Parts: sequence; C-alpha cells; structure tokens
Amino acid sequence: MRMFRQATAEAMQPATTPRQTTAREPAPSAAPTYRTVGDHRAANPIITARDVNVYYGDKHAIQHVNLDIGLNEVIALIGPSGCGKSTFLRCLNRMNDTIESARVTGEIKLYDEDIYSKQMDVVMLRARVGMVFQKPNPFPKSIYDNVAYGPRIHGLARDRTELDEIVQKSLERAGLWNEVKDRLEEPGTGLSGGQQQRLCIARTIAVSPEVILMDEPCSALDPIATARIEDLIDELRQNYAIVIVTHSMQQAARVSQRTAYFHLGRLIEVGKTEEIFTNPRHKLTEDYITGRFG
Amino acid sequence: MSEPGPVKPNEPPRTRDRVAEGLRRRYMKERAFRLLGLAALLFGLGFLAIFFVTLVSNGASALLQTRILLDVELDPEVIDPEGRRDAVALETANYQQLIRDALNRLFPDVTERSERRALYRLLSPAADLEVRELVLANPALIGETRSLWLLADDDVDMLIKGNIDRDVPESERRLSDAQIGWIDALLDEGRIERKLNRYFFTSGDSRDPELAGIFGATVGSFFMLLVTLVLSFPLGVATAVYLEEFAPRNRWTDLIEVNINNLAAVPSIVFGLLGLALFINAFGLPRSAPLVGGLVLTLMTLPVIIIASRAALKAVPPSIREAALGIGASKMQTVLHHVLPLALPGMLTGTIIGMARALGESAPLLMIGMVAFIVDIPESPLDPATALPVQIFLWADSPERAFVERTSAAILVLLAFLVVMNGIAILLRKRFERRY
Ligand SMILES: Nc1ncnc2c1ncn2[C@@H]1O[C@H](COP(=O)(O)OP(=O)(O)OP(=O)(O)O)[C@@H](O)[C@H]1O
Ligand SMILES: [Mg+2]
Repeated sequence: MRMFRQATAEAMQPATTPRQTTAREPAPSAAPTYRTVGDHRAANPIITARDVNVYYGDKHAIQHVNLDIGLNEVIALIGPSGCGKSTFLRCLNRMNDTIESARVTGEIKLYDEDIYSKQMDVVMLRARVGMVFQKPNPFPKSIYDNVAYGPRIHGLARDRTELDEIVQKSLERAGLWNEVKDRLEEPGTGLSGGQQQRLCIARTIAVSPEVILMDEPCSALDPIATARIEDLIDELRQNYAIVIVTHSMQQAARVSQRTAYFHLGRLIEVGKTEEIFTNPRHKLTEDYITGRFG
Repeated sequence: MSEPGPVKPNEPPRTRDRVAEGLRRRYMKERAFRLLGLAALLFGLGFLAIFFVTLVSNGASALLQTRILLDVELDPEVIDPEGRRDAVALETANYQQLIRDALNRLFPDVTERSERRALYRLLSPAADLEVRELVLANPALIGETRSLWLLADDDVDMLIKGNIDRDVPESERRLSDAQIGWIDALLDEGRIERKLNRYFFTSGDSRDPELAGIFGATVGSFFMLLVTLVLSFPLGVATAVYLEEFAPRNRWTDLIEVNINNLAAVPSIVFGLLGLALFINAFGLPRSAPLVGGLVLTLMTLPVIIIASRAALKAVPPSIREAALGIGASKMQTVLHHVLPLALPGMLTGTIIGMARALGESAPLLMIGMVAFIVDIPESPLDPATALPVQIFLWADSPERAFVERTSAAILVLLAFLVVMNGIAILLRKRFERRY
C-alpha cells in the first residue's frame, strides 16, 4: 500500500512542478523575467512562435521565446552548447513529441494553424516542416530508396518516372547526384559522413516542405561540402523558409539573413544578421560572438 | 582550460621510469588473466568432449542391427494353402512358420519343443513382417527359396555387440548356453552380420528394441514446434512491438513487463500443469496431442520471444526513428518500414533459441500425457504422439539393454536438430544483416 501511494505521488509530480518552481523560475503563464533584445518578427512570417516554453521533466529548457520564421529567409540560431537551440528547433515540427519527458507550452503557428492544436496532424506538419538532423541518419536502404521514401509515403509521385525525376532533382540540389548517379542501388549507409548528410538533405527536400529545419547540418562536413550545402541553403531560400542551427559564426554570417542568439534557454537577442555581428546590443551576445564565451 | 605550461625537463623521464617499473607486473597479471580464461574454456570444452565421446560411443552402435541369414522357402502350402492368392490371404498368412521351418532345416538336431522355442527366439518376433513385406510386394516369389537377412532378436544383437557377457552364469544371462551355441554356429557359417538399422529412423516406439525408432517422436516434435512457432512468433512480435513502440509508459505497462519477465523464469512443469487444467480439462482438447503440447510450449516460449524482440527493438538506433518521423512517416510506417526490418534478425534469433528450448523440453509434456507409449506415426497435430526428449526419457527408463544405445542415439539426433536450428538462426541473422 505504501509503495502504491509513493508511485501515485511520483505520477503526480509533473503537474505540481511548475508550482514548485515558482520560487526560482516563472510559472509558464507568468510573464517572462527577461526581454528579448531586437525585433522577433519577420516581414513575411510562415511560423510564429509566441511565449514558447519547453520543459524536460522539471527542467525549463526553453523560456518564453517569441520568434518568427519568415518566407524566403534563413534564420540562424546560435548560442553556447546546451542553450536550447535544438530543443527550440524540434518544437517547430513537434519532434519533441517523441521525447516522453518533454512538455511544450505557448503557441506556435504555421501560417494561422496552431501546430500544437488537436486539429493539426503531425504527419502533415512534418511533411510541411522538414528536418535535417545534426548526425547524418540515412535509412539502411539504398540511396534511391532513401530519397524516394518521403515522396512514396506521401504519394507525391504518380509513377516511377516522376519518382525518378524527384530523386534525381533532389540529389542534384543537394550536390550529391554526380557522386552517386551510378550507384543508386547501393546502401546509403555506405557513403562517407559528408555524403550521408547531403543524402539526408536530399531526402528532406524530396518532400518539398515549406520550412526546412537544419540542426548543425555541416558539423560533419569538410569545407568544400560545407560550401556546397551553404550554396544549397541560399538556393532553397528562394522557395522555402530555413532555420539553421550552427556553431560557426562565419556560417551564420554567410548564409543567414536573421540571427537569433540563445543563452540558457532564453532568446537573448534577435535581429538582422549583419547587425547582430557588427553591432550586438546585448552584452551576452557580444561576448559570445567575439569569442569571450563558450 | 588553461594553456599547458612549458614541459618541465625532468618530468617525462620520471613517468617513463614509473611505468617501466610496473610494466612487467602488469603484463604478468594480463597473462595470468588470459590463462585463467583459457583454462576455464578448456575445462568446459573437456566436459563437452567427454559428453560427446560417451554419447557417440554408446549411440553409434544403434545405427547397425544384427541380422541372420536364413534360406526361407516361400512355401505355397504355408502361405496360401487354398491357392487364392488374394490380398487378404497373403496378409494374414503364417510367415512365422516359414522362418521356423528355415531354422529347423538349419538345426535339424534340435527337436525338443522347449529347445525349439528357444531357437526361434533368436529372431525378432517381427522378423516375419519383413518376409510378409517381400511377398506382398512380389507374390510371384511364392514357391521359391530366398536367402534373407532377417532381423535378429535384441538379445542376439547385444551379444554380437559385446554387451552380454558370456562368462556370467547361465541363470543370470538373457541367453542360454544352447542359444549361444547356435549363435556361434551361425557366426561360423557367416550367417550373422550387422546391417544398417533402418527401423531406427523410420518407425515409432516399440516394446522390441530392434523395432523401436525415433521417427514417431520426431514427427510429434515437428508438429508441436510447428504449432508453437505459428502461435508464438506472431503473438510475441506483435506484443513486443506494441509494448515497445505504442504502449504508454505507465503503471499498467510496468506491471505487464514485470509479469512477462517473471513468466520467462517460471519452471516449465508449471506450464504443463496449466496446460493440463486449461487445454485438456477445461477446453476438452485430446490428451497426448502435439496440438496441446504446442500450446503449452507456446505459453513457455512467448515470454522468451517477447523479451528478445523487445531487446531487438530497443537496439534499433533512435536516429532511424527520428529520420522517418521527421520526414512525415506515421508511427506505424516508421515501425513497419524501418524499425521492424532492423529488429527482425534479433527477433528471429530469439525465436529460434526459444524454439530450440521448446524442442528440448520434456517436463511440461509429461503433464499433458505425451509420455504415453505410442507406436503409430502421428499424422496430424491431433493424433497422440510423443516428442524426442520424452522418447529419450522413456527409453532411458526401459530395462532392455538394447535401449541404452538407442537412448544415446536419440540424444545425438536431438542435438543434431538443435545444432541445425541454431545454425539457421545464425544464417538468418547474417542473411538479413547483409541486406543493408
Ligand atoms: N531529452 C532530454 N531530456 C532531458 N533534458 C534534455 C533533453 N534534451 C536536451 N535536454 C537539455 O535541454 C537543454 C537544451 O538542450 P539542447 O539539445 O536543445 O541544446 P543545444 O543548444 O542544441 O546544444 P548543442 O549546441 O550542444 O547541440 C540542455 O541543458 C540539455 O541538457
Ligand atoms: Mg543541439
């Protein structure tokens, strides 16, 4: 009986957590204790995130973040390791649903649909908001099947020729076509790390999402492959909105139009990339981009 | 992190000396450790070798069976005195008499009734069946005299194989002095030889060791494993997939998990009792049927398969799931297209190991009546049958000396099946892994 009560108490814990944390941290509904420097809005927003909080159990990993993702622009998320960049990114296509302890509050809208509402279908959401992961994760299937998988499950191609076209176009745009066109039937896991990452990018763009989330897509790549991906990002920007997490200031400066600086779960500063890098307004931002932090 | 300071000149040599001092002892420990491991391995292998040598030396002789060459006159007067030549007449004819006549011709001096009966006992009581088979297959032979190698009695077989001691007093021997004399006479004439024992692999159990075979038990085991596989693999995999991929983590699923782990450790005889109470007494399924055996073994194997399958699912890297989900695959598509194919080799290995365990199981089968003496080869999972390990148990329990070698041979056959199954497990795993 005693064990039973204990278990109940444990099961209750998440509900009581916010109240317990009031002393140290603001409750989810409470007003933020900080203000983001700069303008979080975009000219042509596709995604609007308002007062987003993420908890892992009782760890408050993202705190009161407001941020827009705009069409035809690349926004870079930067910040020291563990500050919540990946966590925020994963909110945008609900990949956090797969983590049991994660809880998201606030409002994130794709155009005017709340992506956390009951009406939103995650399958549809993830087809519209694609993701490239930090570590290349090709399926243990052929190169062709890797790229064709998304179009296949979503029924994007009417026949084999159309599918072939999609696969070829996606691989070309990811800058991989020339290297793999003669061995499309070989396993994707047999490629080098950089090639695998480009394969994953091809796999994501094969679905033609509206937004592409990239979590440090170049961390496994050499400078040449990196440059190619950056070109690709610039090209993709013409049709999509792109969010990229990066640890490279240079990369952020090169590919993005807007930059958001995260620190310990807070969005400290956001604004035009050149302004952030030439004239940061917050002390933390300045420390970080000048290399005095992290 | 502070910058490393300049290297102090005397530091690296000191480290080197310290390391050199301990190095010898470190290597000695390593060698000792390796030797210990090797010794343990050799110890185990030694026992395995003893086990196999005993089994093979005991069991190999079961492959050969003593036969006696007799000139059997297929006398139409005995076989078919009315000259009907129809199937009934040929099947019911007194072939025993033909063999007795042949023996009488060989040993004309033996005239007394009891002595003659002892003489006739040199041959298996089933020797006439072979003559009958011959005549039924080719009735035109009637009237001819054929030299036939006929099955000897198991006692003769044991004497030839050296398992009956001639020096023991006659009263304690299963063969009389007279019988041994006749056998020696036959040996001198080259009328006794060891031939391949075809009954061992083709017939069911028998009271006469020379006729007893493992085929019945093998077929019984086969039907049982078939039932077990057909039930436990889909059920086990489906349960594992549900628990691992779809079920919420809460107190109920925790409870289920604890129970499954416990069930895997329950002694198998308990499952036998459950099967007896449930399948036979409550559901009225037949006793001794491989169907019931299969059901009981399913109960026993299911937890093993579920646990192995869950481990296989857990071993699939989460990045693969994320990749599929991130591209918009539904939960089910993720599982069916990506997770299951990767987990399948592990699931198959677990299943085959579970099946191998089921194949070697005898205790629960005793409870559901599969220990019965069954001569007929089962033709369906509903026919009464025994299983290989139960057959071994039955033979090991039989008093006849000739069953000793058959027990060993049956164990070898069971082991061979186990080796084949585990080989298949390895092959399947290799095969599925190579696809990626
Ligand atoms: N699954 C999880 N469970 C619990 N805590 C987590 C989990 N994932 C991340 N966290 C915590 O949330 C915080 C933010 O993590 P996140 O992965 O978003 O950082 P990041 O900014 O992406 O870091 P990096 O640059 O190293 O990738 C970290 O303190 C981390 O420990
Ligand atoms: Mg990260």
